[in-house]
Amino acid sequence: MNRTRRAMSAMVAAGALVLLAACGGSDSDGNNDGSSDGAAASGEVEVFTWWAEGSEKAGLDALVGVFNDQYPDIKFVNGAVAGGAGSDAKNVLASRLQTNDPPGTFQAHAGAELTDYINNGQIEDLTQMYEDNGWNEYFPQTLLDRLEQDGKIYSVPSNIHRANVVWANPAVLEDAGVDPKATYASLDEWIADLQKIKAAGSIPLSIATDWTQVHLFETVLLADLGADGYNGLWDGTTDWAGAEVGAALEDYQTLFELTNQDRQSLDWPDATQLVIDGDAAFNVMGDWAVAAFEEQGKKLGTDYLAYPVPGTDGVFDFLADSFTLPVGAPDPATTEAWLSTVASPEGQTAFNMKKGSIPANIEADTSGFGDYQQTAIDSYANDDIVSSLAHGAAAPISWLTDITSAVAKYGSTGDLGGFQDDLAAAAERNAG
Amino acid sequence: MVNRGWRSWGPPVLLILPSLILIGVFVYGLIGVNFNTSLTDQHHRIGGDVAYVGFDNYRTLFQDDTFVYSLKNLLKYTGAFLVGTLVMGFLWAWLLEKGVKGEGFFRAVYLFPMAVSFIASGVVWRWLLNNAEGDRAGGLNRLFDQVGLGFLQNQWWTDPNWGVVAIALPAVWQLSGYVMALFLAGFRGIPDELREAARVDGASEWQLYRHVIFPQLSPVALSAIVIVGHMSLKVFDLIMAIAGQTNYTTQVPAIQMWVEFTRGDYARSAAIGTILLVIVAFLIIPYLVYTYRQERLTR
Repeated sequence: MNRTRRAMSAMVAAGALVLLAACGGSDSDGNNDGSSDGAAASGEVEVFTWWAEGSEKAGLDALVGVFNDQYPDIKFVNGAVAGGAGSDAKNVLASRLQTNDPPGTFQAHAGAELTDYINNGQIEDLTQMYEDNGWNEYFPQTLLDRLEQDGKIYSVPSNIHRANVVWANPAVLEDAGVDPKATYASLDEWIADLQKIKAAGSIPLSIATDWTQVHLFETVLLADLGADGYNGLWDGTTDWAGAEVGAALEDYQTLFELTNQDRQSLDWPDATQLVIDGDAAFNVMGDWAVAAFEEQGKKLGTDYLAYPVPGTDGVFDFLADSFTLPVGAPDPATTEAWLSTVASPEGQTAFNMKKGSIPANIEADTSGFGDYQQTAIDSYANDDIVSSLAHGAAAPISWLTDITSAVAKYGSTGDLGGFQDDLAAAAERNAG
Repeated sequence: MVNRGWRSWGPPVLLILPSLILIGVFVYGLIGVNFNTSLTDQHHRIGGDVAYVGFDNYRTLFQDDTFVYSLKNLLKYTGAFLVGTLVMGFLWAWLLEKGVKGEGFFRAVYLFPMAVSFIASGVVWRWLLNNAEGDRAGGLNRLFDQVGLGFLQNQWWTDPNWGVVAIALPAVWQLSGYVMALFLAGFRGIPDELREAARVDGASEWQLYRHVIFPQLSPVALSAIVIVGHMSLKVFDLIMAIAGQTNYTTQVPAIQMWVEFTRGDYARSAAIGTILLVIVAFLIIPYLVYTYRQERLTR
């Protein structure tokens, strides 16, 4: 790659010389960029993302701002592909990687979603880069453990979201005679209150289409199996066909029957809106939902409550976006520069402030973050960190696809035994 | 002699050669490549070593409950779509045939939905077919509730047995006008003399239709069945817009092909594609044979 690039620069330079000679001019600065050799921080980096609009775009712009300050000689090239919540971008990326035309760096969910790229030899091991740049100090050890695959790290996380959060409307709780200040140590206690809310005529737990059901399902697994048992699902030490998972499925069934009937017609903002509007008492959703509450002027503690899903207190179910170094990247030096901005405290603060997530880097300045984010930042630094299933951190895409279709099938047929069989079959098909 | 032969068949061959090559490569060639992929174990985006596994992918597909379910769904959907469009299309054509005032206007009104893309209408129908009932009902369920037909409220496309038939509703709405246009052309193609002759012979109105009109319309009906049927077998966009790709009750092979493709399981996705092609071929090839024979007869 580098060689062809040099050859190209040489040709450009030669062409420029011929032109200059032909014109007989004396202006000689035409070939300056072409001849730079890329070892120092100059050139360009194409950053491939699906952050094309809204808070994600704002976050990316802020991050680019920091990047331009830190590396003024490197040109940022925006390779964003919009549409399909990232699925369009992933298809474009797959074909670019196949034809050996990788971007400088691309966005991917941190964790197991990278497995396919790693197995295909499409992204570089960054373990050495972490050591050389001292990035290991930036991130909590529990997060690094979750990012590692066979002892190696392949991406740099840019932000952190928490998946195991339940959002509640205190007014609805009071109407149903449920104490809004109650804390629930287990799912059973929570379910007892959900029944009261159902009796009072509100929707106890709002939910939306299939992936939000997977999201709820993962938090139920986490609550019933605990952090170790949940992690064991992904490395084979917890048996998907076993009695523990069976018990968790029964809890899921109970919760599922307490949800709104029109779930398939809704997406997550609709389900969260049910809580905001007082039609539903609870909603389980990742902490990007906080933006929906804040946009509508709701105050944490008075207008809405947010706490870990009952039974998962002390566990932080994380998902993160991250950036990679593709094999055969046009200019690894500029990619490294981009990654170092992503990892840096300044970059993380700027990016997450706009995007509404929290910095993965524990040294980042978080004084300006909102009320909810402060609680998340605190948990992130202290809790056990586990990987989210629904958002690509815990299992490879293929496994997630199988689990999603099992959850969707259960949602239509209500066949709990078949659900567990499907899950066990998915584990067998995808694990190892 | 050779020269004269070349003169007579050379130019036509040269003229069709470019399209022949393009279709050969990009349609039939790629069908071949697709079939080839479906016989391999390329279950990842980049396979590295790809081995041939014979018809294993097809075997696993037919053992997969969800795939069998999606085939049944496709059958139900196609049945509802065909019957719906043929009945509605014929009815409208017949009414217009009877000499309604403002025929041009009605023709345009009925034909117009066809101009809307399935994705655009799907977005609206997603809302119309909202499955909430009672207080939170929206769309058609709300309408039923308000006009006192609350018992008609139903689960629409989320019903595990007949959900996919609800998807046929918008499809029928969009394609009935087209079938109407086909039938109308058929009606217009029947000379008045034939009807008059039948009436003179004392045929009742029913006998007139049964023995004179319907036989004349059967080629039109066949074309309509083939055109609507093959559209129905390929249904994808409407379901994506209304229910999304993960919804279980509306799984059909084309949706599964897409899901397998996006997860990078190219072999399985290619196998589903091949199965779809074969299913469509079952419909199209007899039709082509039939029309070919008809053309030879009339020649």
